[in-house]
Amino acid sequence: MAFLEVKNLHVEVEDKKILNGLTLSVEKGQVAAIMGPNGSGKSTLAYVLAGKDNYKVTEGDVLLDGESILEMAPDERAAKGVFLAFQYPVEVPGVATMTFLRTALNAQRKTRGEAEFSTPEFMKLVRETSKHLGIDQEMLRRAVNVGFSGGEKKRNEILQMAVLQPRLAVLDETDSGLDIDALKIVAEGVNRLRSPERSMIVITHYQRLLNFIVPDVVHVMAKGKVVKSGGKELALQLEAKGYAQFADEAA
Amino acid sequence: MNADVRAMKTPAEQALSAAFAAARGALPGKGAVGTLREDAFRRFDASGLPHRRIEEWKYTDLRALMREAKPLAEPAKTKGVVQGLSGVEASRVAIVNGRYEPDWSDFNAGDPGITLTELFAFAAEQTSYRLGDVPGKDDTAFWLNTAFMTGGVVVRVKKGVCVEKPVQLAHIFASAAAAAMYPRCVVIVEAGARLTLIESFDGPDGIDYQVNSAIELVIGEGALVDHIKIGRDGDAALRVSTLGVTVDAKANYRDFAFTTGGAVVRNQTFVRFGREGTEATISGATLIKNRQHVDNTLVIEHAAGGCTSRERFRSVLDDESHGIFQGKIVVEPHAQKTDAKMASHALLLSDEAESDNKPELEIFADDVQCGHGATAGALDNTLKFYLMSRGIPEDQAEALLIQAFVGEAIEDVAHEGVREALLQASVKWLDARA
Amino acid sequence: MPAVLETVEQVRCIDVDQYKYGFVTDIESEKAPKGLSEDTVRFISAKKSEPEWMLAWRLEAYKRWLTMREPTWARVDYPKIDYQNAYYYSAPKKKALASLDEVDPEILKTYEKLGIPLREQEILAGVVRPEGERRVAVDAVFDSVSVATTFKEELKKAGVIFMPMSEAIREHPDLVKKYLGSVVPTSDNFFATLNSAVFSDGSFVYVPEGVRCPMELSTYFRINEANTGQFERTLIIADKGAYVSYLEGCTAPMRDENQLHAAVVELVALDDAEIKYSTVQNWYPGDADGKGGIFNFVTKRGDCRGVRSKISWTQVETGSAITWKYPSCILRGDNSRGEFYSIAISNGHQQVDSGTKMLHLGKNTTSRIISKGIAAGKSNNTYRGLVSAHRKAKGARNFTNCDSLLIGHECGAHTVPYIEAKNSSATFEHEATTSKISEDMLFYCRQRGMSAEEATALVVNGFVKDVLQQLPMEFAVEAQKLISISLEGSVG
Repeated sequence: MAFLEVKNLHVEVEDKKILNGLTLSVEKGQVAAIMGPNGSGKSTLAYVLAGKDNYKVTEGDVLLDGESILEMAPDERAAKGVFLAFQYPVEVPGVATMTFLRTALNAQRKTRGEAEFSTPEFMKLVRETSKHLGIDQEMLRRAVNVGFSGGEKKRNEILQMAVLQPRLAVLDETDSGLDIDALKIVAEGVNRLRSPERSMIVITHYQRLLNFIVPDVVHVMAKGKVVKSGGKELALQLEAKGYAQFADEAA
Repeated sequence: MNADVRAMKTPAEQALSAAFAAARGALPGKGAVGTLREDAFRRFDASGLPHRRIEEWKYTDLRALMREAKPLAEPAKTKGVVQGLSGVEASRVAIVNGRYEPDWSDFNAGDPGITLTELFAFAAEQTSYRLGDVPGKDDTAFWLNTAFMTGGVVVRVKKGVCVEKPVQLAHIFASAAAAAMYPRCVVIVEAGARLTLIESFDGPDGIDYQVNSAIELVIGEGALVDHIKIGRDGDAALRVSTLGVTVDAKANYRDFAFTTGGAVVRNQTFVRFGREGTEATISGATLIKNRQHVDNTLVIEHAAGGCTSRERFRSVLDDESHGIFQGKIVVEPHAQKTDAKMASHALLLSDEAESDNKPELEIFADDVQCGHGATAGALDNTLKFYLMSRGIPEDQAEALLIQAFVGEAIEDVAHEGVREALLQASVKWLDARA
Repeated sequence: MPAVLETVEQVRCIDVDQYKYGFVTDIESEKAPKGLSEDTVRFISAKKSEPEWMLAWRLEAYKRWLTMREPTWARVDYPKIDYQNAYYYSAPKKKALASLDEVDPEILKTYEKLGIPLREQEILAGVVRPEGERRVAVDAVFDSVSVATTFKEELKKAGVIFMPMSEAIREHPDLVKKYLGSVVPTSDNFFATLNSAVFSDGSFVYVPEGVRCPMELSTYFRINEANTGQFERTLIIADKGAYVSYLEGCTAPMRDENQLHAAVVELVALDDAEIKYSTVQNWYPGDADGKGGIFNFVTKRGDCRGVRSKISWTQVETGSAITWKYPSCILRGDNSRGEFYSIAISNGHQQVDSGTKMLHLGKNTTSRIISKGIAAGKSNNTYRGLVSAHRKAKGARNFTNCDSLLIGHECGAHTVPYIEAKNSSATFEHEATTSKISEDMLFYCRQRGMSAEEATALVVNGFVKDVLQQLPMEFAVEAQKLISISLEGSVG
C-alpha cells in the first residue's frame, strides 16, 4: 500500500461539490506534482488532507500509512506528519515566529510521546535551518508572517517544514507570487528536504516550479478528480498544449 | 440608567403639565390616539425632561437647556412659501406650525404609486398600523411628541414603485411669537420600492420657538430609501427630532443629517435591522458657530445577522459651539456576520469650541466585524502650510481644507442634486464665516 | 464543527475549577465584630494604634458614606451587597513581629505556594538567576494586615520608604497627612469612601527627590478569611525626579459566598517623577455556575502633579466575579504623561467593567490607552473610558486603541468611550475593534500541531502582546502563564 491513499474522495464546500471521486496514491519518498486549471479542486485537496473545517467529505477515504485520518483533528494529523505549506500563509499578530515554531514543534513531540526540545537545542536547530533559506534572526523575532513580503512568507513556510520534519508535505501553490530568485531559494529548500522517508505533493498551476522541484510523477486534475497521470514529461506537454485537452476527459 | 428620585419639577415641566391638562380634550385624534397620548404623557410626567444624569442625554441636558415650555403653536394665518433645495425638484409637503398645510404644498396626487394622507385621517381609517411602535419609542422626547402631536402626514410608497421625484417634508415654523410645534409623520416604503425623502426644518431667526418632531420610517424588503434631513432652523430655535426606523431584509437605507441652524438641536436616530442582508449608511455633517449646540445621537440595533452598517459623522465647530456625537451599535445575540463600522470626526476651529464623542459598541454575537474610530482636533497645520506655500492665502486655505473635510461626509448623499445643494450650503456657511 | 465551537465544547467538558490559588490557609485569626458601624471604624483604628487625626479622618468618611448610594452605571449585575453581613477586619493572631522568623509558618507556606518568596536569604542565596534579573522587594498583605516586608534595610539605604500603611501612619505622619486622600478624596465615590472609613492596611511608598528605586516593589494581597472584606489602601509618592516601579498581585480562596474587595490606590508624581504601576489581578472568579467569587470595586488614580511627570498603569485582569475598576491619570503638570495598558479576560460568568480616565488639565499633556478585552464563556467584558481635555490643556494629545476578542457566542464585549475635547489644540485619536478569534489563525496553528487550547492561548497571547510588553519581565512571564491558564480553565 502506498504511503498516502486517497480513495474515491467526494468533498463539498458550502453545499457545492468540489471533489468528485478523486483517487490518488503517493508512495513513500515520492514527489508527486498535481497540476490543473483554476477551480479544479487542487487547493481543496490540500485543505481536506490538513483537516480544515467546512470541507465536508461525503464519500471516500484518506489513508495515511494505512490509517484513515478523516476523523482526526488538524493537530493530530500534524503530529502524524502531515504538513501543509499554505498558498496564503496566515498572519498571527503578536506571536514571534520563534515562539510559534517552538510551540508547534513541542506540541507535536508531546503528542507523539517524544521529549520536548530544550531552548538552546531548539535555537540551534532553527538557526541552522534558517540560514539556508536566507531567513535572518530579525525575521524570526517578528510576528508570524506579519509584514512579511510574499517571498518571506513562502520561505517561512519552508522553514517550518524543515523544522517540523513531516512525513507528508503538501505544498499548495508555493510558487505563486514569487519572482525567479525567490522561487529558486524556496525550491532549493524543498529539494534539501527530499528524502526516502518523506512524501511530497507539489500543487501548482504552472510548469515553471517543476523545473526546480523535479517530480517523480505528475497528476493532472480537472473538475475534482485526477484525469491523467504520467512522468515529469507530462508537465511539459501541459505547458505546450494547455489544460483544455483534459476538460473532456473529466466530463 | 434613571435616577430613582425625581427632582422637583422645573418651570418648563410644570408648563408642559399645564399645557397638556388644558389641551388634552382639544388635541386631534380620537379613541386609540387619545389613549396613546395619555399613556405617553404619563410616562413623560413620571420621568420629566431628560437631563445629564440620564446616560443617553448626558451631553444635552434638556432640563437646563429648555428653561421654559412654549405654548402650542396656532395654525398659520397666512399662506407662505416652502423653501426648497436649490436645483432640486421635489414634491413638497408643508407641515406648518406642526400641521399639514395642503395649500402650501405642491404634491402630485396623481401618481398612483404614492399616497399622502393627513396623520389623523390615516390613524382613523388605518387600524393595522400601530402608530408609535418604532425603535426609540422608549425615549422621553418621543413620549412628549406623542402626547402633543398636532399633525403631520403619512406617506406610503407602494410595493415595487420607484418614486423618481424626491418628496420633501418641509417643517416650517411661521409665527411672530415663540411657540412649540409637535409634528409627527409616518413614511412607509413597501417591498422593492424606492424613495428619496428630504426633510427640512426652517424658521425665522431671533424667535426662540421649539420643535419636537418625530418620524416613523418603515422600510420594506429590498426597498431603497435615501433620507436627507436638513436643519436650517432659526438661530434661537430649540429642536429635538426623533427618527425611528425599522428595516426589513435586503434593503438599502441611507440617512444623512445636515445641520447648520438652531440654537439647540438634537437629532436622535433609532434604527433596527430586523432581518438579514440590509446595507445602511447613516451619516451626517454639522457646521456650527456662536453658541450653537448640536447633538447627533444614534442607536443602531443589529437584531438580525448579515447586515452591514456604516455610521459616519463629521462636525465643524467654530466659536463657542458644542458638537456632540453619540453612536451606539448594538449587535444582538445570533446577529452573526454583522459588519458595522462607525467613525466620527470633529474639527475644532476655535479654542472655545467643544466636541464630545461617545461611540459605543455593545456586542453579543461572536462572528462579527465591528469597529469605531473617533478623532477631534484642529486643522492640520502642515496641510495649511502646504497650501499657503503654493500661494493660497490663509483664509482661503482654511476654507478649502474645511470644505474638503465636510465634503467627504457629503459624498455619502446619493442624490446628485441634493449633494450639490448641500455642498453649496456648506460653502455658504464658510463664506459667512470669513 | 468550527474550531471555536469545538473549543467551547471542550471547555464544557473540562472541570472549570482550574483556579490554582483556591486553597485556604488554616490559621487562627482575630476579627472585628461582624457588620459596619462607627464602632467598627473605632475598633480598626484602635487595632492599628492610630493617632487621633487618623480616626477623625475615618469617621468623617464613614459619616459621608452613610449618605451615599452604590453606583449603578456600570454594566455589572450582582445581588445586593449586605454591608452588615461581613467582617471588616481580620488579622492573623500574632503579636507585632520583630522579624520574618516570627511570621506564622502557615502564612509563609501560603506565599511559597503562591510562588512568592518572602525570606530574603532565600531570595539572595536562592537558585542561580539569569544575569541582570532584578530583585523584588515584597510586602505581603494577608487579609487585613501586612505580614512581611522584605528588603526594608536595603531600601532604607537608598532613602526609599516601603512599609505597611499602618506603620507609615505612625512613623511618617507628616507624609501621610500631606498626601493621603489628596488624589482620591474621602468623598470620591461610594466604594472609595467605604475604604477610607475601614481600610486596614496596604503599602506606603515614598521615593525621595532624585532617587531611582533600586528594585521593583511589590505587594501580594491574599484574602484568606471567610465573609471578610478586604479594603487595602496604597499610597505611592515619587518626589521630584524619582522613579519607582510597583507590582501588585492578588489571590483568594475558592468560597461559595461573594467577598468584597474595595481598595484605593493613590499615586502622586511630582516634577519629572515617574511611577509605573503594574497589577496582575487574579482574585477567585467564582465557579462554573457563577457562584462565589470576589466583587472587586477598586478606585485607582494617579496624579501627575508635577511638570514632565509620568504615570503608567498596566493591568492584567483575569480574576474576580465582578470587576469595577478604572485606573486613571490626572494630567495636571504641564508636559506630563499618562498611560494605561490593560488586558482583561473574562470567562464563565465573570463581569468586567474596566477602563481608564485621562483628564488633561496641563499644557502639552499626552496620554495613551491600549486596552485588550477578551470575553469567553458567558461573560461580559466592557471597556469604559474617558478622555477629556480641559479648556486650558493646550496641545493635549491622546491615542486610544481598544480591541475586543470574542471566544464563543454566549459572551458579550462592549466599548463605551467618552471623548471630550474642550479646546481646539487637543488632538484625540480613538480606534476600537471587536471581532471573533480568527478561525484561519487557529487552523494555521493547529495544522502545525498545536491543540485547540494551545492554539487559542497562542493567538490570544499575540493579541495582548502590546500590553504584556509593558510589564516588568518577572511579571510578564507570570501574566502570560496566567492568560493560558484562565483560557484553559474555561475556554479551551
